[in-house]
Amino acid sequence: MKAAVVVFPGSNREGDMARALTQAIGRAPQMLWHGDHELPAGTDLVVLPGGFSYGDYLRCGAIAGRSAIMNAVRSHAARGGLVLGVCNGFQILCESGLLPGVLMRNANLRFVCKMQHLRVERNDTAFTRHYAKGQLIKVAIAHGEGNYEADDATIERLEGGGLVAFRYCDEAGALGGDANPNGSRNDIAGIYSDKKNVLGLMPHPENLIDPLVGGIDGRGLFESLAHAA
Amino acid sequence: MKARVIVTLKNGVLDPQGKAIEGALHSLGFEGVASVRQGKVFDVELEGADKDAAKARLSAACEKLLANTVIENYSIDI
Repeated sequence: MKAAVVVFPGSNREGDMARALTQAIGRAPQMLWHGDHELPAGTDLVVLPGGFSYGDYLRCGAIAGRSAIMNAVRSHAARGGLVLGVCNGFQILCESGLLPGVLMRNANLRFVCKMQHLRVERNDTAFTRHYAKGQLIKVAIAHGEGNYEADDATIERLEGGGLVAFRYCDEAGALGGDANPNGSRNDIAGIYSDKKNVLGLMPHPENLIDPLVGGIDGRGLFESLAHAA
Repeated sequence: MKARVIVTLKNGVLDPQGKAIEGALHSLGFEGVASVRQGKVFDVELEGADKDAAKARLSAACEKLLANTVIENYSIDI
């Protein structure tokens, strides 16, 4: 598994992401700059980390989604290569057209920063094999624009095709109500592309890899990826 | 040549910021405000004098960057 992390002006979770990848894979990912035009040869996984690329100017992820490196990421995804976008990375994936829909302002207009339970919707993808189907995991969320919206046809396609990766839930696994921190349609916390080689999610599994800082429920995602190629 | 691009949310798309502004107007005593939708305005200066060409270029810019056409509409005044 050869991983690369793209750094945009305003990214701030790239260090956490690199630590999580290094722990699971056994070697550090290559750090790429947004102005690069190509991925390193043999890259299996490209990660877009969290942060506030370009200060969230225009729309979250809008400017980063059109940067030079994203053409290379699009080609990589079209070849079946793995792409992971977390938080601002998820917003960038939506803005770049790699995933459908959009992340809008949280319904209650507040930036949410807390621990959150998620339900793993399926465990037969490159990202989730080290989880059980339906497993509840506790990870961190920290975002102001995480309210996933798409038109009805897109939501139907995501639900019908099993493309919802994670849903917000409470600690007992119940969906809806206060368990949904941002108003996302159908409690969606993360989605896959049609071929399930691209995953975008708002929560931060990279922050839950060490018992010293609250838990290790995020490890499963990186361990799954480590064994995916 | 000066142009103005206006980007607004499509009908039916929830606008929490517009709702909050609407609530603030109500609390300030502005009666009769039925609803508020928030949008963006871009004032763009363009080289050249061909209005049709400018409009075509700005349309392309809106499709590619200025608007997210999943949730937003745009209009161009030159």
